[in-house]
Amino acid sequence: MPLTLQEVEHIAKLARLELTEEEKARYREQLSAILDYVAQLQRLDTSSIPPTASIFSGDSHLRPDEPRPALPREALLKNAPEHEQGQFKIPPVFE
Amino acid sequence: MDYEAVIGLETHIQLNTESKIFCACKADSWNAEPNTNICPVCTGMPGVLPVLNRRVVEKGVLLAAAMHAEIQPVSYFDRKNYFYPDLPKGYQISQYDRPLAKGGYLDVPQADGSIRRVTIWKMHMEEDAGKTKNDPLTGTRLIDFNRCGVPLIEMVTGPDLRSADEAANYLIRLRQLLRWIGVSEADMEKGHLRCDANVSVRQKGETILNTKTEIKNVNSIEAVRTAITKEIERQIREYQSGGKVEAWTLEWDEDTQTLKKMRSKETEADYRYFREPDLLPVYLTDEWKVKILETLPELPLERRARFVQEYKLPEYDAELLTSERSLSDYFEATVRAYGGDPKRVSNWLMNDVLRMLNETGQTAAELALTPTYLADIIRFVDAGTVNANTGKSLLQKVNVSGKSPAEIIQAEGLAKVSDDDAIRAVVEQVLAESPKEVESYKNGKTGLMGWFVGQVMKKMQGKADAQKARALLEKHLN
Repeated sequence: MPLTLQEVEHIAKLARLELTEEEKARYREQLSAILDYVAQLQRLDTSSIPPTASIFSGDSHLRPDEPRPALPREALLKNAPEHEQGQFKIPPVFE
Repeated sequence: MDYEAVIGLETHIQLNTESKIFCACKADSWNAEPNTNICPVCTGMPGVLPVLNRRVVEKGVLLAAAMHAEIQPVSYFDRKNYFYPDLPKGYQISQYDRPLAKGGYLDVPQADGSIRRVTIWKMHMEEDAGKTKNDPLTGTRLIDFNRCGVPLIEMVTGPDLRSADEAANYLIRLRQLLRWIGVSEADMEKGHLRCDANVSVRQKGETILNTKTEIKNVNSIEAVRTAITKEIERQIREYQSGGKVEAWTLEWDEDTQTLKKMRSKETEADYRYFREPDLLPVYLTDEWKVKILETLPELPLERRARFVQEYKLPEYDAELLTSERSLSDYFEATVRAYGGDPKRVSNWLMNDVLRMLNETGQTAAELALTPTYLADIIRFVDAGTVNANTGKSLLQKVNVSGKSPAEIIQAEGLAKVSDDDAIRAVVEQVLAESPKEVESYKNGKTGLMGWFVGQVMKKMQGKADAQKARALLEKHLN
Protein backbone atom coordinates (compact mmCIF):
# COMPACT_ATOMS: atom_id res chain seq x y z
CA MET A 1 0.00 0.00 0.00
CA PRO A 2 1.79 3.11 -1.18
CA LEU A 3 1.64 6.24 1.00
CA THR A 4 -0.18 9.22 -0.40
CA LEU A 5 1.70 12.40 -1.11
CA GLN A 6 -0.34 14.11 1.61
CA GLU A 7 0.85 11.54 4.15
CA VAL A 8 4.46 12.15 3.20
CA GLU A 9 3.92 15.89 3.57
CA HIS A 10 2.27 15.40 6.98
CA ILE A 11 5.14 13.25 8.24
CA ALA A 12 7.65 15.80 6.97
CA LYS A 13 5.80 18.56 8.75
CA LEU A 14 5.75 16.66 12.04
CA ALA A 15 9.51 16.19 11.73
CA ARG A 16 9.93 19.85 10.75
CA LEU A 17 11.47 18.90 7.39
CA GLU A 18 11.14 20.94 4.23
CA LEU A 19 11.10 18.70 1.19
CA THR A 20 11.32 19.48 -2.50
CA GLU A 21 8.74 17.94 -4.84
CA GLU A 22 11.40 15.56 -6.10
CA GLU A 23 12.26 14.48 -2.54
CA LYS A 24 8.61 13.98 -1.66
CA ALA A 25 8.21 11.61 -4.58
CA ARG A 26 11.38 9.71 -3.69
CA TYR A 27 10.54 9.38 0.02
CA ARG A 28 7.03 8.33 -0.84
CA GLU A 29 8.46 5.40 -2.75
CA GLN A 30 11.10 4.53 -0.14
CA LEU A 31 8.81 4.85 2.87
CA SER A 32 6.14 2.78 1.15
CA ALA A 33 8.65 0.03 0.45
CA ILE A 34 9.76 0.01 4.09
CA LEU A 35 6.18 -0.16 5.33
CA ASP A 36 5.38 -2.96 2.90
CA TYR A 37 8.36 -4.90 4.16
CA VAL A 38 7.33 -4.49 7.77
CA ALA A 39 3.73 -5.25 6.88
CA GLN A 40 4.74 -8.85 6.15
CA LEU A 41 4.90 -9.30 9.93
CA GLN A 42 1.26 -8.34 10.21
CA ARG A 43 0.34 -11.57 8.45
CA LEU A 44 1.46 -13.61 11.45
CA ASP A 45 -1.15 -14.43 14.04
CA THR A 46 0.24 -13.03 17.28
CA SER A 47 -3.03 -12.79 19.17
CA SER A 48 -1.85 -15.25 21.83
CA ILE A 49 1.55 -13.63 22.36
CA PRO A 50 1.90 -10.63 24.68
CA PRO A 51 3.64 -7.67 23.04
CA THR A 52 7.35 -7.45 23.77
CA ALA A 53 8.21 -4.11 25.29
CA SER A 54 11.62 -5.19 26.36
CA ILE A 55 13.82 -8.23 26.12
CA PHE A 56 14.76 -7.85 29.77
CA SER A 57 12.31 -8.90 32.41
CA GLY A 58 11.66 -8.92 36.09
CA ASP A 59 13.60 -5.87 37.12
CA SER A 60 12.86 -2.23 36.37
CA HIS A 61 16.37 -1.02 37.33
CA LEU A 62 15.24 1.81 39.52
CA ARG A 63 17.32 4.57 41.03
CA PRO A 64 17.20 5.76 44.66
CA ASP A 65 15.79 9.27 45.12
CA GLU A 66 19.10 10.96 45.89
CA PRO A 67 20.03 14.22 44.24
CA ARG A 68 23.53 14.70 42.84
CA PRO A 69 25.20 17.94 41.75
CA ALA A 70 24.04 19.36 38.45
CA LEU A 71 26.25 20.01 35.44
CA PRO A 72 27.84 23.48 35.44
CA ARG A 73 25.54 25.78 33.56
CA GLU A 74 28.33 27.02 31.28
CA ALA A 75 28.97 23.50 30.02
CA LEU A 76 25.46 23.30 28.61
CA LEU A 77 25.13 26.88 27.46
CA LYS A 78 28.26 26.61 25.37
CA ASN A 79 26.41 24.24 23.02
CA ALA A 80 23.78 26.89 22.35
CA PRO A 81 24.07 29.28 19.41
CA GLU A 82 22.92 32.08 21.68
CA HIS A 83 22.28 32.58 25.36
CA GLU A 84 21.38 35.41 27.71
CA GLN A 85 21.06 35.70 31.50
CA GLY A 86 21.96 32.06 31.92
CA GLN A 87 19.22 30.98 29.55
CA PHE A 88 19.06 29.60 26.05
CA LYS A 89 17.96 32.26 23.61
CA ILE A 90 15.80 31.34 20.65
CA PRO A 91 13.83 33.14 17.95
CA PRO A 92 10.14 33.88 18.60
CA VAL A 93 7.95 30.79 18.61
CA PHE A 94 5.17 30.29 16.05
CA GLU A 95 1.50 30.89 16.95
CA MET B 1 -34.80 27.14 29.82
CA ASP B 2 -32.52 25.73 32.52
CA TYR B 3 -28.94 24.88 31.69
CA GLU B 4 -26.39 22.87 33.55
CA ALA B 5 -22.63 22.85 33.18
CA VAL B 6 -20.59 19.75 32.44
CA ILE B 7 -17.01 20.09 33.59
CA GLY B 8 -13.97 17.85 33.62
CA LEU B 9 -10.58 18.81 35.02
CA GLU B 10 -7.13 17.86 33.84
CA THR B 11 -4.55 18.30 36.57
CA HIS B 12 -0.79 18.04 36.63
CA ILE B 13 0.60 17.24 40.05
CA GLN B 14 4.25 17.84 40.83
CA LEU B 15 5.54 15.09 43.10
CA ASN B 16 7.73 16.23 45.99
CA THR B 17 10.69 13.94 45.38
CA GLU B 18 14.24 15.09 46.07
CA SER B 19 15.50 14.34 42.57
CA LYS B 20 14.00 14.36 39.08
CA ILE B 21 12.17 11.42 37.52
CA PHE B 22 14.90 10.14 35.19
CA CYS B 23 18.10 11.78 36.46
CA ALA B 24 19.63 12.81 39.79
CA CYS B 25 19.23 16.58 39.35
CA LYS B 26 17.46 18.34 42.19
CA ALA B 27 13.73 18.34 41.51
CA ASP B 28 12.79 21.53 43.33
CA SER B 29 14.08 24.65 41.60
CA TRP B 30 11.95 27.23 43.40
CA ASN B 31 14.12 30.37 43.71
CA ALA B 32 16.99 28.64 41.88
CA GLU B 33 18.84 30.49 39.12
CA PRO B 34 17.83 29.37 35.60
CA ASN B 35 19.54 26.23 34.29
CA THR B 36 21.29 25.37 37.55
CA ASN B 37 19.54 22.00 38.10
CA ILE B 38 20.23 20.40 34.76
CA CYS B 39 22.35 17.60 33.32
CA PRO B 40 22.82 15.81 30.00
CA VAL B 41 19.79 13.55 30.68
CA CYS B 42 17.19 16.24 31.37
CA THR B 43 18.49 18.49 28.60
CA GLY B 44 18.29 15.72 26.03
CA MET B 45 21.96 15.36 25.09
CA PRO B 46 22.72 12.54 22.62
CA GLY B 47 23.68 9.18 24.07
CA VAL B 48 22.20 9.54 27.55
CA LEU B 49 19.85 7.07 29.21
CA PRO B 50 17.01 7.80 31.63
CA VAL B 51 16.84 5.80 34.89
CA LEU B 52 13.54 5.81 36.74
CA ASN B 53 13.39 7.24 40.27
CA ARG B 54 11.98 4.65 42.69
CA ARG B 55 10.20 7.27 44.82
CA VAL B 56 8.20 8.48 41.83
CA VAL B 57 6.63 5.04 41.48
CA GLU B 58 6.01 4.87 45.22
CA LYS B 59 4.31 8.24 45.38
CA GLY B 60 2.32 7.41 42.25
CA VAL B 61 1.13 4.17 43.85
CA LEU B 62 0.13 5.99 47.05
CA LEU B 63 -1.89 8.52 45.10
CA ALA B 64 -3.52 5.81 42.99
CA ALA B 65 -4.52 3.94 46.15
CA ALA B 66 -5.90 7.12 47.73
CA MET B 67 -7.96 7.68 44.56
CA HIS B 68 -9.27 4.09 44.73
CA ALA B 69 -7.71 3.33 41.36
CA GLU B 70 -6.62 -0.07 40.09
CA ILE B 71 -2.87 -0.20 40.49
CA GLN B 72 -1.21 -2.07 37.62
CA PRO B 73 1.45 -4.71 38.31
CA VAL B 74 3.20 -3.82 35.05
CA SER B 75 3.15 -0.45 33.35
CA TYR B 76 5.15 1.14 30.56
CA PHE B 77 6.59 4.46 29.56
CA ASP B 78 6.00 5.88 26.10
CA ARG B 79 7.33 8.72 24.03
CA LYS B 80 4.97 11.54 23.21
CA ASN B 81 6.53 13.29 20.24
CA TYR B 82 6.19 16.99 19.59
CA PHE B 83 8.41 19.94 18.90
CA TYR B 84 8.45 22.81 21.32
CA PRO B 85 11.43 24.76 22.62
CA ASP B 86 10.77 23.80 26.26
CA LEU B 87 11.18 20.11 25.37
CA PRO B 88 14.84 19.55 24.47
CA LYS B 89 14.51 15.88 23.44
CA GLY B 90 11.68 16.49 20.98
CA TYR B 91 9.53 14.07 22.99
CA GLN B 92 8.12 13.84 26.48
CA ILE B 93 8.48 10.57 28.36
CA SER B 94 4.95 9.79 29.52
CA GLN B 95 2.65 6.81 29.88
CA TYR B 96 -0.05 6.08 27.36
CA ASP B 97 -1.97 2.83 26.99
CA ARG B 98 -0.46 0.95 29.96
CA PRO B 99 -0.30 3.53 32.75
CA LEU B 100 0.48 2.96 36.42
CA ALA B 101 -3.19 3.04 37.43
CA LYS B 102 -6.63 2.75 35.89
CA GLY B 103 -9.95 4.17 37.02
CA GLY B 104 -10.53 5.58 40.48
CA TYR B 105 -12.59 8.37 41.97
CA LEU B 106 -12.58 11.15 44.52
CA ASP B 107 -15.60 11.91 46.69
CA VAL B 108 -16.05 15.65 47.03
CA PRO B 109 -18.37 16.99 49.75
CA GLN B 110 -20.38 20.00 48.61
CA ALA B 111 -21.63 22.99 50.57
CA ASP B 112 -25.16 21.55 50.81
CA GLY B 113 -23.86 18.37 52.45
CA SER B 114 -24.17 16.21 49.35
CA ILE B 115 -21.24 14.26 47.92
CA ARG B 116 -20.15 14.50 44.30
CA ARG B 117 -18.26 11.41 43.18
CA VAL B 118 -15.73 12.46 40.55
CA THR B 119 -14.42 9.59 38.42
CA ILE B 120 -10.85 9.47 37.20
CA TRP B 121 -10.38 8.65 33.56
CA LYS B 122 -6.63 8.88 33.31
CA MET B 123 -3.75 8.75 35.76
CA HIS B 124 -0.13 8.35 34.78
CA MET B 125 3.47 9.31 35.49
CA GLU B 126 5.39 11.65 33.23
CA GLU B 127 8.18 14.20 33.12
CA ASP B 128 7.66 17.95 33.13
CA ALA B 129 8.94 20.26 30.40
CA GLY B 130 11.07 23.39 30.82
CA LYS B 131 9.96 26.98 31.03
CA THR B 132 10.10 29.55 28.28
CA LYS B 133 9.51 33.21 28.67
CA ASN B 134 9.27 36.06 26.23
CA ASP B 135 11.87 38.76 26.24
CA PRO B 136 9.67 41.73 25.30
CA LEU B 137 12.69 43.90 24.45
CA THR B 138 14.11 41.71 21.70
CA GLY B 139 11.04 39.64 20.84
CA THR B 140 13.09 36.49 21.48
CA ARG B 141 12.50 33.70 23.96
CA LEU B 142 14.61 32.60 26.86
CA ILE B 143 14.57 28.99 28.02
CA ASP B 144 15.17 27.57 31.48
CA PHE B 145 15.45 23.76 31.64
CA ASN B 146 15.37 23.45 35.44
CA ARG B 147 11.83 22.06 35.34
CA CYS B 148 12.66 19.48 32.63
CA GLY B 149 12.32 16.03 34.12
CA VAL B 150 10.52 17.06 37.30
CA PRO B 151 8.14 14.19 38.13
CA LEU B 152 4.44 14.71 37.45
CA ILE B 153 1.27 12.73 37.79
CA GLU B 154 -1.29 13.68 35.19
CA MET B 155 -4.82 13.05 36.32
CA VAL B 156 -7.93 13.61 34.23
CA THR B 157 -11.46 13.47 35.61
CA GLY B 158 -14.60 12.41 33.81
CA PRO B 159 -17.16 15.12 32.88
CA ASP B 160 -18.69 14.77 36.34
CA LEU B 161 -18.63 18.26 37.80
CA ARG B 162 -21.75 20.39 37.45
CA SER B 163 -20.74 23.90 38.49
CA ALA B 164 -17.76 26.17 38.95
CA ASP B 165 -18.07 25.68 42.72
CA GLU B 166 -17.96 21.91 42.35
CA ALA B 167 -14.81 22.23 40.25
CA ALA B 168 -13.24 24.47 42.88
CA ASN B 169 -14.25 22.02 45.63
CA TYR B 170 -12.66 19.17 43.71
CA LEU B 171 -9.37 21.03 43.59
CA ILE B 172 -9.57 21.96 47.27
CA ARG B 173 -10.12 18.30 48.21
CA LEU B 174 -7.44 17.08 45.82
CA ARG B 175 -4.95 19.55 47.29
CA GLN B 176 -5.85 18.43 50.81
CA LEU B 177 -5.41 14.78 49.82
CA LEU B 178 -2.05 15.32 48.09
CA ARG B 179 -0.60 17.04 51.15
CA TRP B 180 -2.23 14.55 53.49
CA ILE B 181 -0.59 11.53 51.88
CA GLY B 182 2.64 13.49 51.40
CA VAL B 183 3.10 13.06 47.65
CA SER B 184 3.09 16.75 46.68
CA GLU B 185 3.34 20.16 48.30
CA ALA B 186 0.37 20.99 46.05
CA ASP B 187 1.07 24.72 46.15
CA MET B 188 -0.84 26.11 43.18
CA GLU B 189 1.09 29.38 43.24
CA LYS B 190 4.31 27.48 42.76
CA GLY B 191 2.82 25.36 39.99
CA HIS B 192 2.82 22.12 42.00
CA LEU B 193 -0.81 21.67 41.06
CA ARG B 194 -1.83 22.92 37.62
CA CYS B 195 -5.25 22.74 36.10
CA ASP B 196 -6.97 22.89 32.72
CA ALA B 197 -10.77 22.77 32.58
CA ASN B 198 -13.06 21.31 29.92
CA VAL B 199 -16.41 23.06 29.96
CA SER B 200 -19.67 22.56 28.12
CA VAL B 201 -23.29 23.27 28.94
CA ARG B 202 -26.53 21.48 28.15
CA GLN B 203 -30.18 21.72 29.01
CA LYS B 204 -31.01 20.23 32.36
CA GLY B 205 -32.15 16.66 32.06
CA GLU B 206 -30.19 15.97 28.90
CA THR B 207 -27.48 13.33 28.92
CA ILE B 208 -25.64 14.28 25.75
CA LEU B 209 -22.27 16.01 25.84
CA ASN B 210 -22.21 19.21 23.83
CA THR B 211 -19.14 20.75 22.26
CA LYS B 212 -16.67 21.72 24.95
CA THR B 213 -14.05 24.39 25.25
CA GLU B 214 -10.78 23.90 27.03
CA ILE B 215 -9.59 26.53 29.47
CA LYS B 216 -5.85 26.57 29.99
CA ASN B 217 -3.82 28.11 32.76
CA VAL B 218 -6.33 28.28 35.61
CA ASN B 219 -3.84 28.06 38.40
CA SER B 220 -5.58 29.08 41.57
CA ILE B 221 -8.82 27.98 43.18
CA GLU B 222 -10.31 31.42 42.58
CA ALA B 223 -9.19 31.43 38.92
CA VAL B 224 -10.93 28.07 38.46
CA ARG B 225 -14.11 29.45 39.98
CA THR B 226 -14.15 32.72 38.05
CA ALA B 227 -12.96 31.42 34.69
CA ILE B 228 -15.42 28.52 34.61
CA THR B 229 -18.31 30.73 35.76
CA LYS B 230 -17.59 33.19 32.94
CA GLU B 231 -17.28 30.44 30.35
CA ILE B 232 -20.56 28.80 31.43
CA GLU B 233 -22.32 32.16 31.14
CA ARG B 234 -20.83 32.78 27.70
CA GLN B 235 -21.88 29.37 26.38
CA ILE B 236 -25.44 29.79 27.71
CA ARG B 237 -25.68 33.21 26.06
CA GLU B 238 -24.41 31.66 22.83
CA TYR B 239 -27.11 28.95 22.83
CA GLN B 240 -29.85 31.34 23.90
CA SER B 241 -29.12 33.67 21.01
CA GLY B 242 -29.27 30.77 18.59
CA GLY B 243 -25.52 30.53 18.10
CA LYS B 244 -23.31 27.55 18.69
CA VAL B 245 -20.28 26.78 20.81
CA GLU B 246 -17.09 25.96 18.98
CA ALA B 247 -14.32 23.77 20.30
CA TRP B 248 -12.00 26.61 21.23
CA THR B 249 -9.00 26.55 23.44
CA LEU B 250 -9.17 29.48 25.82
CA GLU B 251 -6.52 30.96 27.98
CA TRP B 252 -7.32 32.53 31.34
CA ASP B 253 -5.68 35.93 31.77
CA GLU B 254 -5.24 36.47 35.49
CA ASP B 255 -4.47 40.19 35.13
CA THR B 256 -7.59 41.17 33.19
CA GLN B 257 -9.75 38.31 34.61
CA THR B 258 -10.85 37.39 31.10
CA LEU B 259 -10.72 34.41 28.78
CA LYS B 260 -8.84 34.79 25.54
CA LYS B 261 -9.18 32.53 22.54
CA MET B 262 -5.90 30.85 21.69
CA ARG B 263 -4.94 30.41 18.10
CA SER B 264 -6.10 26.94 17.05
CA LYS B 265 -3.42 24.41 16.37
CA GLU B 266 -2.35 24.02 12.77
CA THR B 267 -3.41 20.40 12.77
CA GLU B 268 -4.85 18.09 15.35
CA ALA B 269 -2.13 16.91 17.70
CA ASP B 270 -0.30 13.94 16.27
CA TYR B 271 1.95 12.71 19.04
CA ARG B 272 2.96 9.37 17.46
CA TYR B 273 3.21 7.64 20.84
CA PHE B 274 5.43 4.60 20.99
CA ARG B 275 7.07 2.61 23.80
CA GLU B 276 10.07 4.34 25.32
CA PRO B 277 12.86 1.96 24.28
CA ASP B 278 15.33 3.43 26.80
CA LEU B 279 13.31 2.35 29.84
CA LEU B 280 12.31 -1.02 31.18
CA PRO B 281 8.73 -1.86 32.10
CA VAL B 282 7.76 -0.80 35.62
CA TYR B 283 7.29 -4.00 37.56
CA LEU B 284 5.39 -3.47 40.77
CA THR B 285 5.81 -6.67 42.74
CA ASP B 286 3.20 -7.58 45.35
CA GLU B 287 5.85 -7.35 48.02
CA TRP B 288 6.83 -3.82 47.05
CA LYS B 289 3.22 -2.74 46.65
CA VAL B 290 2.33 -3.99 50.13
CA LYS B 291 5.29 -2.13 51.57
CA ILE B 292 4.24 1.11 49.87
CA LEU B 293 0.62 0.79 50.93
CA GLU B 294 1.63 0.25 54.55
CA THR B 295 2.53 3.94 54.58
CA LEU B 296 -0.90 5.03 53.33
CA PRO B 297 -2.58 6.89 56.20
CA GLU B 298 -6.26 7.06 57.04
CA LEU B 299 -7.71 9.47 54.45
CA PRO B 300 -9.13 12.90 55.35
CA LEU B 301 -12.83 12.17 54.81
CA GLU B 302 -12.62 8.87 56.68
CA ARG B 303 -10.91 10.57 59.56
CA ARG B 304 -13.46 13.37 59.56
CA ALA B 305 -16.28 10.84 59.80
CA ARG B 306 -14.48 8.99 62.58
CA PHE B 307 -13.96 12.19 64.58
CA VAL B 308 -17.72 12.81 64.50
CA GLN B 309 -18.47 9.20 65.43
CA GLU B 310 -15.77 8.46 67.95
CA TYR B 311 -15.33 11.82 69.67
CA LYS B 312 -18.89 13.13 69.15
CA LEU B 313 -17.53 16.29 67.57
CA PRO B 314 -19.78 18.60 65.57
CA GLU B 315 -19.25 18.34 61.77
CA TYR B 316 -17.78 21.82 61.83
CA ASP B 317 -15.06 20.87 64.33
CA ALA B 318 -14.28 17.61 62.55
CA GLU B 319 -13.91 19.40 59.21
CA LEU B 320 -11.59 22.04 60.61
CA LEU B 321 -9.48 19.59 62.61
CA THR B 322 -8.99 17.33 59.57
CA SER B 323 -8.15 20.15 57.18
CA GLU B 324 -4.55 19.09 57.55
CA ARG B 325 -3.09 15.77 58.65
CA SER B 326 -0.63 16.97 61.28
CA LEU B 327 -3.36 19.02 62.94
CA SER B 328 -5.65 16.01 63.12
CA ASP B 329 -2.82 13.85 64.50
CA TYR B 330 -2.15 16.57 67.07
CA PHE B 331 -5.79 16.64 68.09
CA GLU B 332 -5.92 12.89 68.64
CA ALA B 333 -2.66 12.84 70.58
CA THR B 334 -3.97 15.61 72.83
CA VAL B 335 -7.28 13.82 73.39
CA ARG B 336 -5.35 10.70 74.43
CA ALA B 337 -3.06 12.63 76.76
CA TYR B 338 -5.96 14.59 78.24
CA GLY B 339 -8.40 11.76 78.80
CA GLY B 340 -11.37 14.09 79.23
CA ASP B 341 -14.04 15.50 76.89
CA PRO B 342 -12.67 15.64 73.30
CA LYS B 343 -14.88 18.67 72.56
CA ARG B 344 -12.94 20.58 75.22
CA VAL B 345 -9.68 19.77 73.41
CA SER B 346 -11.30 20.77 70.13
CA ASN B 347 -12.27 24.17 71.57
CA TRP B 348 -8.75 24.87 72.75
CA LEU B 349 -7.37 23.83 69.39
CA MET B 350 -9.80 25.77 67.25
CA ASN B 351 -9.69 28.95 69.32
CA ASP B 352 -6.12 29.24 70.46
CA VAL B 353 -3.80 26.69 68.89
CA LEU B 354 -5.03 27.40 65.35
CA ARG B 355 -4.39 31.11 65.87
CA MET B 356 -0.90 30.27 67.08
CA LEU B 357 -0.29 28.15 63.96
CA ASN B 358 -1.47 30.98 61.73
CA GLU B 359 0.70 33.51 63.51
CA THR B 360 3.88 31.43 63.59
CA GLY B 361 3.43 29.66 60.26
CA GLN B 362 4.27 26.38 62.00
CA THR B 363 2.53 23.08 61.40
CA ALA B 364 1.01 21.37 64.43
CA ALA B 365 3.82 18.81 64.38
CA GLU B 366 6.39 21.59 64.72
CA LEU B 367 4.95 23.17 67.86
CA ALA B 368 7.09 23.11 70.99
CA LEU B 369 3.71 23.08 72.70
CA THR B 370 3.35 19.31 72.38
CA PRO B 371 0.02 17.49 72.72
CA THR B 372 1.13 16.36 76.20
CA TYR B 373 1.82 19.95 77.30
CA LEU B 374 -1.49 21.17 75.87
CA ALA B 375 -3.29 18.40 77.74
CA ASP B 376 -1.43 19.45 80.92
CA ILE B 377 -2.59 23.05 80.51
CA ILE B 378 -6.22 22.09 79.96
CA ARG B 379 -6.05 19.85 83.05
CA PHE B 380 -4.49 22.64 85.16
CA VAL B 381 -7.37 24.91 84.13
CA ASP B 382 -9.94 22.16 84.82
CA ALA B 383 -8.48 21.58 88.27
CA GLY B 384 -8.42 25.28 89.05
CA THR B 385 -4.64 25.33 89.45
CA VAL B 386 -4.56 28.27 87.04
CA ASN B 387 -7.44 30.36 85.75
CA ALA B 388 -8.49 30.28 82.09
CA ASN B 389 -6.60 33.43 81.10
CA THR B 390 -3.39 32.20 82.65
CA GLY B 391 -3.95 28.90 80.85
CA LYS B 392 -4.15 30.71 77.53
CA SER B 393 -1.03 32.75 78.20
CA LEU B 394 0.73 29.50 79.08
CA LEU B 395 0.23 28.25 75.50
CA GLN B 396 2.53 30.96 74.18
CA LYS B 397 5.03 30.62 77.01
CA VAL B 398 5.37 26.88 76.54
CA ASN B 399 5.67 27.19 72.78
CA VAL B 400 8.35 29.87 73.01
CA SER B 401 10.40 28.31 75.82
CA GLY B 402 9.78 24.61 75.21
CA LYS B 403 9.46 24.21 78.99
CA SER B 404 6.65 22.20 80.56
CA PRO B 405 3.57 24.09 81.82
CA ALA B 406 4.20 22.82 85.38
CA GLU B 407 7.72 24.22 85.29
CA ILE B 408 6.52 27.62 84.11
CA ILE B 409 3.69 27.80 86.66
CA GLN B 410 6.22 27.03 89.37
CA ALA B 411 8.93 29.40 88.15
CA GLU B 412 6.61 32.34 87.52
CA GLY B 413 4.29 31.73 90.46
CA LEU B 414 1.28 31.58 88.18
CA ALA B 415 -0.81 29.25 90.29
CA LYS B 416 -4.24 30.66 90.99
CA VAL B 417 -4.62 32.22 94.43
CA SER B 418 -7.71 30.76 96.07
CA ASP B 419 -6.70 31.64 99.60
CA ASP B 420 -9.56 33.75 101.02
CA ASP B 421 -7.35 35.81 103.31
CA ALA B 422 -4.96 36.79 100.56
CA ILE B 423 -7.80 37.83 98.25
CA ARG B 424 -9.67 39.60 101.05
CA ALA B 425 -6.61 41.74 101.80
CA VAL B 426 -6.45 42.89 98.18
CA VAL B 427 -10.21 43.45 98.02
CA GLU B 428 -10.02 45.71 101.06
CA GLN B 429 -7.10 47.57 99.55
CA VAL B 430 -8.94 48.15 96.26
CA LEU B 431 -12.05 49.41 98.02
CA ALA B 432 -10.02 51.72 100.23
CA GLU B 433 -8.27 53.21 97.17
CA SER B 434 -11.51 53.78 95.22
CA PRO B 435 -13.93 55.75 97.39
CA LYS B 436 -15.67 57.35 94.39
CA GLU B 437 -16.39 54.04 92.69
CA VAL B 438 -17.61 52.58 95.98
CA GLU B 439 -19.98 55.53 96.34
CA SER B 440 -21.32 55.14 92.80
CA TYR B 441 -21.77 51.42 93.30
CA LYS B 442 -23.74 51.98 96.46
CA ASN B 443 -25.89 54.50 94.62
CA GLY B 444 -26.97 51.76 92.25
CA LYS B 445 -24.23 51.65 89.60
CA THR B 446 -23.78 47.91 90.08
CA GLY B 447 -22.19 47.54 86.68
CA LEU B 448 -18.99 48.66 88.39
CA MET B 449 -18.61 45.17 89.85
CA GLY B 450 -16.67 44.07 86.77
CA TRP B 451 -14.31 46.99 87.20
CA PHE B 452 -13.67 46.08 90.86
CA VAL B 453 -12.93 42.47 89.93
CA GLY B 454 -10.58 43.75 87.27
CA GLN B 455 -8.71 45.88 89.81
CA VAL B 456 -8.27 42.92 92.14
CA MET B 457 -7.04 40.73 89.27
CA LYS B 458 -4.63 43.44 88.19
CA LYS B 459 -3.09 43.74 91.64
CA MET B 460 -2.74 39.95 91.80
CA GLN B 461 -1.23 39.64 88.29
CA GLY B 462 -4.30 37.78 87.08
CA LYS B 463 -3.78 34.92 89.47
CA ALA B 464 -6.79 35.47 91.72
CA ASP B 465 -9.71 33.09 91.60
CA ALA B 466 -12.09 35.55 89.95
CA GLN B 467 -15.22 33.98 91.42
CA LYS B 468 -13.86 34.24 94.93
CA ALA B 469 -12.82 37.84 94.35
CA ARG B 470 -16.31 38.68 93.16
CA ALA B 471 -17.97 37.00 96.13
CA LEU B 472 -15.73 38.83 98.59
CA LEU B 473 -16.31 42.18 96.85
CA GLU B 474 -20.06 41.70 97.00
CA LYS B 475 -19.84 40.83 100.65
CA HIS B 476 -17.89 44.00 101.42
CA LEU B 477 -20.00 46.30 99.30
CA ASN B 478 -23.45 45.15 100.31
